[in-house]
Parts: sequence; structure tokens; C-alpha cells
Amino acid sequence: MAWNNLTYAGWGRARSASGKVARPERQSALSRDVATTPAPAFGLRRSYGDVALNDGGTAYDMSRLDRVLSFDAETGVVEVEAGMPVGALARSFAKHGWLPAVMPGTGFATVGGSIANDVHGKNHHTEGTFGQHVTEITLLQGNRVEIITPESGTIWQATIGGLGQTGVIAKAKLQLMPCPGELMKLRETRIANLDAFLKAFDDSDAPYAVGWIDATATGDRLGRGIFEESELVAGRDAGKEHSRAVPLNAPGWALSAPIVRLFNEAYYRRIPARGKTSVKPIWDVLFPLDAIHDWNRLYGKRGFNQFQCVIPPERVDMLRTMLERIGASHLASPLAVLKKMGAARGGYMSFPMAGYTLAVDFPNRDGATELISDLTDMTHDAGGRIYFAKDGVAEAAQVKGMYPEQGDWVKAAAKADPGNLFETDLVRRLELRDIAHMAQDETGA
Amino acid sequence: MTQTWIILGATSSMARAMARRLAKDGARLLLCGRDMDDLAASAVDCLARGAASAEALRFDARDHATFAPIIDKAASEEGEINCAVFVGSMPDQAEIDADPALLDGVVQDSYIGPATFLTLLAPHIESRARGTVVGVTSVAGDRGRIGNYVYGSAKAGFATYLSGLRNRLTRAGGHVVTVKPGFVDTAMTWGIEGMFLVATPDAVAKDIMRAVAKKRNVIYTPFFWRYIMLIIRHIPEFIFKKMSI
Repeated sequence: MAWNNLTYAGWGRARSASGKVARPERQSALSRDVATTPAPAFGLRRSYGDVALNDGGTAYDMSRLDRVLSFDAETGVVEVEAGMPVGALARSFAKHGWLPAVMPGTGFATVGGSIANDVHGKNHHTEGTFGQHVTEITLLQGNRVEIITPESGTIWQATIGGLGQTGVIAKAKLQLMPCPGELMKLRETRIANLDAFLKAFDDSDAPYAVGWIDATATGDRLGRGIFEESELVAGRDAGKEHSRAVPLNAPGWALSAPIVRLFNEAYYRRIPARGKTSVKPIWDVLFPLDAIHDWNRLYGKRGFNQFQCVIPPERVDMLRTMLERIGASHLASPLAVLKKMGAARGGYMSFPMAGYTLAVDFPNRDGATELISDLTDMTHDAGGRIYFAKDGVAEAAQVKGMYPEQGDWVKAAAKADPGNLFETDLVRRLELRDIAHMAQDETGA
Repeated sequence: MTQTWIILGATSSMARAMARRLAKDGARLLLCGRDMDDLAASAVDCLARGAASAEALRFDARDHATFAPIIDKAASEEGEINCAVFVGSMPDQAEIDADPALLDGVVQDSYIGPATFLTLLAPHIESRARGTVVGVTSVAGDRGRIGNYVYGSAKAGFATYLSGLRNRLTRAGGHVVTVKPGFVDTAMTWGIEGMFLVATPDAVAKDIMRAVAKKRNVIYTPFFWRYIMLIIRHIPEFIFKKMSI
């Protein structure tokens, strides 16, 4: 097999890894390579931190394994290779009336990564997580090939959202959802503050709902933003695929506090006070940033971190405290998102829980790491949890107890991968597979 | 009108990228190569992306008995028959130096096999008075270099063949595009040191599609390789023979 010595990074580019990487182009090459050299896999590296990195070790780049392997037009079940980007799947099938039921905020997330992080989308409250629509997974565990289904028991729940620790996800079958066309009707409304936002989420019956938050706003305007509700509608996307790219790293001041405040003010005023309704292609609504390739370069060469947590509904007070801290820090970027989540989750280590999820990007500047660390502690205190697909900052002690089913996962992962060969940088950093978590769980802590 | 495209060496990443673009345009695809499982997967993928039909067929550049069934299959389709050739092999030059018997395989894969296939196909393009042949050669064929001159010479032979075939098919209403890629990010170049200005397979496929539409004769992809090779071809031999580039 061919190995390439590479330095590669997560999407935030604040964390990187160096090591040997193989990039098989055929399933036969992948299974042969994993049999001799078991190692973790990554897709298009849209996770922000180091969940898919393996510094000093070996790894598999799955991006060339991106094909549709079978499709049943009667049932809408499709089998794909793990490197298939979710957005490409949507574009191929929406015109035939089928759509991935759950899609994350970028269409460049691969199916393998979407399973391993059990991602959610703007319709989490109606459709649950990505993993809940997966019907079969082909796992490579060294020289063993395991085909698992939701009936397979603990290995299934340990694989959905399991951060790749049960083996390399080579292929998966997904149950697609019927869709009327390639378009969405989008309703955007200005929201004055956090209370109004929470009420808007409660009052909404839209299948897709998400809020953009002006994280620089303080005082009476704390938590102000734009509420986006959308639904699938009939019609074809007549436009051509278009994209622009950020050619170079932006200078450090590009996302400095005054510029972000100006941008956010303009972005807020973009929507008239009476609101705005439009019809757009699905991908423009669900993947707004995908039209700008390599937008992570806007944060300059030091990169950025995203903080994402979910807070139980009874602890909205903590959400407010967090937004106050973020507003006062002058570190926030324009990218801040609030969403009300349902309880649905697919596996032991799936992120979602009933409550509110907040995601904010912070340029990798002085003070940002400390701020994220404080926000992580606040999340822990509120009985919430942070999202491993985003994290690049937390320490092991801070995440202890956040995932109540971690003990079950540790056991299943140890069984599937007794040699800890699929561990990644994040799994090691947060000591996620540490036996101590298991002991804690068994003593009823 | 639906076009039929024979893709030889369809398991390569450049060929896959081109097949996907052809699928999007609704072409009928004959995906030819040796790894039948992999080709079957690509065929399903192309169907999902809009191909009118997609079929996996066995093609081995060193087994000429595999050629006729592919040509018969294409000839049974109505309309335009086109063919894109992505086959070739590039063992390490040092390995060939140590075992000259390897030379035979390189020339079979990169020249004799594809040229024989195209010679069998040419009458069908002539009789239909339309159809395009895309032959992927390499910038390595423009000048023999110490690092890969056996591969380069086989590709040079194929490029000269394509030039003659263009001469022949043009007068019958067909066309031949010679494609000379520089460094492309494929399994062949993965992990090789000293790669620069590397293009993605899809960028190459996009260039090829444009060249077919515009009936270009010889393209370098990405385009700047034309100028790089212009310089390299014009270095006087008494200097070039001492260089290792």
C-alpha cells in the first residue's frame, strides 16, 4: 500500500497532526490495508478539532471512496461508500424525490463522519439524528469484516456516534426520506433578544428551524438574531452549481471585534423588520457556507475553534450567562447558532439531548482557549454536554460524566478494538476510552 | 442524441471523474478494466448520477481477446461512439533498470494495448462519420528523463499514434483529443516525493470535457504544463543530458 507522510488538520486548523496516510480508491484496497494496518479513518475533515486526527500514527483518507453502491427506488434505501459527501448524495437524489433525512450544516461532511459523530441538522426536532436513519454499516476491524444493523445490539449503539472507535466504517445503507423537489421555502424573522428566541422556537412548527445569533450583542439585545424556519417544497434547482474560494489566509484583523460588530449589525438589518420569505435550493438553505470553499482561511493561519454545547431546557439561565460572557469577551465571530433540540439520539456517545444547543466560532486568539474552557465548565455545571465533532480545547476532567452512557460505549469499543488501534487525538486527549469511566459508571456514580 | 462512451481503465480516479461528468450529461457508459467488483460499483454510481446506462466490461491491455466484446457492445448502440483511454502503467524506473523484462508490460499497457483497441474501433467511427477518441498520454512523453523514460517513451509512442489517428479520423468526420496531464493527485502519484502544482482528477476531467466539446487537438492539463514542457523541450541536449529533473 502507498503511504504519504502528511501534516493534516481539522476544519478549525487550530489542531493538526502528522503521520502516514493512505488514501485507497477501491474497497478491496481499503479492506486489505486495514487488515494489515488497522488505524482510524477520516473523511473530508469537516470536524473542527482533532476528533479525526491521529498525530504520530497512521490514518486512512476515505475521500476517494465516495460512490453510490446500490439504490432501491421503491424503498429509498441507498448504500454508499463512507467517503460520500452528504451534500453530493442530496444533489444526486433530490431530483428523483429522495433526500437524506438528516443533513448537517455542511454538505461536505461525509457519510462515514456523519455516522461516527451522529450528526444532527436543522430538523433534529422532527427527524432526529443522522444515525437514526442508517440501516446497515460495514465495519472493518483489522482483518474482520462486520456487517451490523440496528438489531446488532451494543456494537450498533457504540458505532453510531462512536467516533470511529469500533472500526473503520467502509460502507453504509441509509433510509432516504421522500422529498417534493429540490427547493425549500425559507422564512427569516428578526428576533430582538434571547427570550424572544426561545419563544420563537416554542411557537414554531416548521420542520427545519435554526437561529443565527449576534454573539456580540449585549444588554437588552443579548441573544438577538435571525430565526430561520424552512420546509421542503416542489420545484427544480434551475441554477448552475457555483462556488467561490477563499484563496489565501486572511490577515489577523479580518475578524477583529469592530469588524465582527459591523458585520453582525448589517447581517441583522439585512432582514426587514416584517421578515422575509424566499424560495431557494435545498443546499443554499442547509449549507449556506459551502458556496465559499475554504472559508476557514478567513480566520487566518492560526485557525479557530468552535464551541458547541447543549444545555437542558430548565437551565436557560446558564445559556444567558454564557452569552453574556461571550459578548463581553469581544472574541466572537459572526458565526453563532442557536437551536432547540429534541431528545433523539442514535448511540451511546451521540451529542443531542433535549434542550438548547449553542455553537460559536472563536478565532484562535489570546483568551479564546480560556473562554472556551470556561464555557465548557459552565456546560458541565448545567448538566449539559459539549460536541466532540467541534471540540479542540477541553481537558479530560471537564467532560467526565457529560455522557451518561460512556461506560457502555467504553466496554463495546474495548471489545471491538481491544488494541486501542482506532484511537484518535481527541479520544486520547479526553481519555474517552479510559477504563476509569467504566468503573465510575458501574459504581452508579 | 445519446452518446456512448467506452472508458478504458475506468478504475483510475481520472476516468472515474470523467465518467461522472459524462453520467451527468446522460451518456451511455461502458466502464472497462480489470477489477470487475470496482467497475460494478462505479457503474451503479454513474446510474445514480444520471447515466442513461452504465455497464462494467472486462478490459485487459495485455489480453487482446477482451477487446472485441467491448467494441461489439458499443457497435450495437445507436448514435455516436466515443472512447476515452486512461490505461497505462508506471513501474519505478529503477525496477525496470534491474529487470528489463518489465519494459514489455509498460509498452503493452501504455501503447500496444490501447493502440490495438483504437485501431479496431476506428472503422466504426469512420462508418458513422462521428465520434471522439480521447487519449490520455503524459507530459513524461514529451522528453525522455532519467526518472521515468520507459514510461515516457511508451506514452510518446501512444501520442504519436494518436496524432496519426487524428489525421485518419478527421477526414471521416471523427475527432481525436490528445490529453497530456501534468501531476495529478491519483493513486499513482500518492506518496511520491517532489510533486508540485498537483491537479485534482476532477479538474483534469473538466478540462477534457471542454476539449472534447471544443474539438481541441492536443491539450495540456492543467494548461500551464504547456509552457513548462515548452521550456523543457527546448533545453539543448548537451545541457539536458546532465540534468535530473
